[in-house]
Amino acid sequence: MERDSVKDQADSYVTDDGRTIGPTVMEMKNITLRFGGVEAIKDISFDIREGEIRAIIGPNGAGKSSMLNVISGFYVPQEGEVWYKGARRPPMKPYQVAQQGIARTFQNIALFEGMSVLDNVMTGRLTQMKSGLLAQSLWKGKAEREEIENREIAEKVIDFLEIQAIRKTPVARLPYGLKKRVELARALAAEPTILLLDEPMAGMNVEEKEDMSRFILDVNDEFGTTIALIEHDMGVVMDLSDRVVVMDYGRKIGDGSPDEVRNNQEVIDAYLGMAHD
Amino acid sequence: MFYREAGDFNTSYAQDQQTFPIKFDRYRYYLVLFVAVFVIPFMVNDYWVNSLFLPFLIYAIAAIGLNILVGYCGQVSLGTGGFMAVGAYSCYKLMTAMPDVSMFIHILLAGVITAAVGALFGLPSLRIKGFYLAVATLAAQFFLVWLFNRVPWFYNYSASGQISAPERDTFGILITGPNTEAWATYMFCLIFTVGSALVARNLTRGSVGRKWMAIRDMDIAAEIIGVNPLRAKLTAFAVSSFFIGISGALFFSIYLGAVEVGEAFGINKSFLVLFMIIIGGLGSIFGSFAGAAFLVLLPVLLKIVGVDWLGWPTDIVAHLQLVIVGGLIIVFLIAEPHGLAQLWRVAKEKLRLWPFPH
Repeated sequence: MERDSVKDQADSYVTDDGRTIGPTVMEMKNITLRFGGVEAIKDISFDIREGEIRAIIGPNGAGKSSMLNVISGFYVPQEGEVWYKGARRPPMKPYQVAQQGIARTFQNIALFEGMSVLDNVMTGRLTQMKSGLLAQSLWKGKAEREEIENREIAEKVIDFLEIQAIRKTPVARLPYGLKKRVELARALAAEPTILLLDEPMAGMNVEEKEDMSRFILDVNDEFGTTIALIEHDMGVVMDLSDRVVVMDYGRKIGDGSPDEVRNNQEVIDAYLGMAHD
Repeated sequence: MFYREAGDFNTSYAQDQQTFPIKFDRYRYYLVLFVAVFVIPFMVNDYWVNSLFLPFLIYAIAAIGLNILVGYCGQVSLGTGGFMAVGAYSCYKLMTAMPDVSMFIHILLAGVITAAVGALFGLPSLRIKGFYLAVATLAAQFFLVWLFNRVPWFYNYSASGQISAPERDTFGILITGPNTEAWATYMFCLIFTVGSALVARNLTRGSVGRKWMAIRDMDIAAEIIGVNPLRAKLTAFAVSSFFIGISGALFFSIYLGAVEVGEAFGINKSFLVLFMIIIGGLGSIFGSFAGAAFLVLLPVLLKIVGVDWLGWPTDIVAHLQLVIVGGLIIVFLIAEPHGLAQLWRVAKEKLRLWPFPH
């Protein structure tokens, strides 16, 4: 219970690994989301702290992706509030959420297949590019300057994720694992405050998973990006994340450090099934 | 052996982002421009200009415009003819209302007016996609033609219901009306075509172009990275209509001289320009030129071969043209959806390695 008292101070928090993470940057308060008669999310509250890696886990259909869609603005919950950077966020469109500094990747890759890797990564910079139509049509002044400045940032991300060799390749030609990495690059290029990763390791082999885990840790480490991720591979989740939210049938059944969650009876029941006597 | 990028190093991002990053391409482009500006004007006569160069240059602008909408932004439009008519009629109204203003201004203003109309008719694209949007733009096509037919104000209450371009000059050189010189009309259109191509290229390689392509490839993902779909689609409609309006204005004032709206800007025109970009290549500026050149050259070529050499009746040759175009569209849609531009790209990629296979 000592942990709780630390938590209540609300400005910093020490994880089991001894990492200190910052104050709350996003808080979900009593979120309920319904599709017709189906309650996908039932009265869930949790917070995301600055600089942490927060995992959301749960069996299939638990409502994890719906939760991510609520955060990124695709779904507007019927009840509950989303607090971001200390203020209540009014219902907004996904592109407005993106402009506030929340980037995400998708479970099924959602890259722009007709464009090159470089152009895909550059789309991540679109929220920062403000030059007008006229300046762009002449490719002069602000338009040209902005293009080069943002290219430099995009190139840094490309460098960081080790995809320099394929920067001019059309995305459609890339294998699955690389596409996942390009999608991460696109999200990172936006220099987000919070990065949402929807199953970043789905369908990967062990080596690709190791690569991806390394990138996620590096991103968190070097850029200090707050990461919220959904993942099915328990080993990966327990190794990567600082704190874990467990969902089942739209309810939250556990919240805490990986060790706490691992030993939570309800979580064990949800994953392994209950003993019926 | 000659098409090489080896030894051609870009040392800055500005160099890497230029229109022709490969030196050979750049010089080839300068050569084409040189020939177009300093050689062709001194060699052309009325026949060549009217049957070949003017339609090519004007259709190229329309194809660039439609390509921005369909090829880059993925919004299907069948309203090209209607928007060209908007360009033509606004140009006509401007020419008659302000006779002393330069034609350059009139043509550009006609483009701006068409851009506004295009953005208006682009509003349904926010709700509907694909076939349904095509039908909505089809409505624009028929409505606009009907409007210009039925409201006498647009054709200045002329008895015939036609509009005909009065004589206007620019910098003292006559460019509209019956007494123009071939080289002058050619140069006037060339300026607009080259300008349009440059502007289109700059837009499509910059952030606006990326927004359009993002919407085209996956609109949900585009929204999640911060693209406002409303603004992206409407700018695509506006920019596309701007070019189409310019081409409509040129088509009327420079090329035809007199226009009956249903005949010149009917649904056939919409399809013709759409075929140009399908055959030429969706999502490619070069493809717009290739498609326009192809569909303008084909009838001329067929006429020379069929009528002049083989002595066939004119109507058979005309029908043959329809058969060939229809067949080609099917072939392209199945075998090479990215059109002539893709064939050109593949050829260049092969040339880079030639004579080695890999």
